[in-house]
Amino acid sequence: MSLIAIEELRKSYGEVEVLKGINLEVEKGEVIAIIGKSGSGKSTLLRCINGLETINAGTITVDGAKLAEDEAHLRALRLKVGMIFQQFNLFPHKTAGQNVMLAQQVVKKTGKAEAEAMARKMMDRVGLAEKFDSFPDQLSGGQQQRVAIARALAMEPMALLCDEITSALDPELVGEVLQVVRGLAAEGMTLLMVTHEMAFARDVCSRVVFMHQGRVHEIGRPEEVFANPQTPELQSFLGVNRAA
Amino acid sequence: MTQFTFMDILRNLLIATEWTVILSLVSFIGGGLLGLLLLFMRIGKSRVLPPVVKIYTELFQGTPLLMQLFLAFFGLGLFGIDVPPWLAAGLALVLWTAAFLVEIWRGCVEAIPKGQWEASASLGMSYVEQMRHIILPQALKVAIPPTVGFSVQVVKGTALTSIIGFTELSKAGTVLTNATFQPFTVYGLVALIYFALCFPLSQVARLLERKMNVAHRH
Ligand SMILES: Nc1ncnc2c1ncn2[C@@H]1O[C@H](COP(=O)(O)OP(=O)(O)O)[C@@H](O)[C@H]1O
Ligand SMILES: [Mg+2]
Repeated sequence: MSLIAIEELRKSYGEVEVLKGINLEVEKGEVIAIIGKSGSGKSTLLRCINGLETINAGTITVDGAKLAEDEAHLRALRLKVGMIFQQFNLFPHKTAGQNVMLAQQVVKKTGKAEAEAMARKMMDRVGLAEKFDSFPDQLSGGQQQRVAIARALAMEPMALLCDEITSALDPELVGEVLQVVRGLAAEGMTLLMVTHEMAFARDVCSRVVFMHQGRVHEIGRPEEVFANPQTPELQSFLGVNRAA
Repeated sequence: MTQFTFMDILRNLLIATEWTVILSLVSFIGGGLLGLLLLFMRIGKSRVLPPVVKIYTELFQGTPLLMQLFLAFFGLGLFGIDVPPWLAAGLALVLWTAAFLVEIWRGCVEAIPKGQWEASASLGMSYVEQMRHIILPQALKVAIPPTVGFSVQVVKGTALTSIIGFTELSKAGTVLTNATFQPFTVYGLVALIYFALCFPLSQVARLLERKMNVAHRH
């Protein structure tokens, strides 16, 4: 059974249908890159999987449980699926360490000592053990994003959704974040990443999803998708990307 | 006829100032507590409560405080309820203060970026947990300078209660003027005392605001 199964997912904002029937199955341990033009619905898809958007039709199943809108179901879902955002969204009034500890204590009711031990482990895992007591505004963008990853990992999710997590970073800081993601992939974490880092997608991902106008337009192994795009839309998208 | 010396005038005004301070504190604290309650109703997820609070704040912000005082004082009298001036003054000022504070505070809650809601939601926090741990602590810091700043308006607002016969600083000024025929001295002193009450408050508000702009954490 797939870890994440999406069937005929539809999502509209008002009159505008943004997702027009998405079907996607993600196996445990898969690393999936979602690519596509701006406005093609990539973020909306991830946000639906995490329950940040209500869906209009179709089903999303995570680890056998169907997504529902009541708070208890959402909470259960979000314990299984973590999310990393483009803008990091660290809590500015808490230190890096407290950012990683908070949800464990509040949501999972983990004791303080145990939460701190977990937080230190995760901060170490993203290479920021020495920044445990720093506030977010004392950290670089790359460091903040790594704290955000540690914060999600501390909840021990089965999968992570990453929405353009390097797009807000200065170029020289992109590498350190991708390095952490690469490590997660190697350890078998299930990842769905919206990304513009084509080289990274080619190297690390098991499958690439090309979205176009609210649909999965093309899907396949990276070597096929990148070397032999089938549709003119993907050909032109990759062409533009190569030129850029 | 007794002669009032300058010191007599000042002493009488200072005694009345006590009532201005007490009424200000009651209005500010009472209005703050009511405002907090209204804030949770206003930003909560209920369908009914937010519009009700919105109408409340618009009524109190859209009518002169003086009319609210009259209504509290005379209006309740029409129903056979005898309202002493201190009660009408306190009631009207508490309701008025709450209406302004709830809007100031709502602005502070809404100023917290959407990403903070989404990040905390994606970690599995419930609405109440998000409020308690993420949104309110950040909103509180933003709210302190404008809240202290608004306290100046409350102090000045208490002056209107003289019209319904509550003997605070302004009322004492009127009484003393009638007794001494020295309006310039008396009202000059009254103004100075108001200034002495309000200036520190507005300075503190400004200082807090500057401090927040320098370091927006902790
Ligand atoms: N909250 C919203 N309200 C209305 N339209 C939205 C909202 N969020 C996204 N959209 C629209 O949905 C479409 C897909 O957006 P998005 O999923 O963010 O695309 P992508 O991440 O691929 O750039 C866009 O046309 C965007 O304008
Ligand atoms: Mg997007």
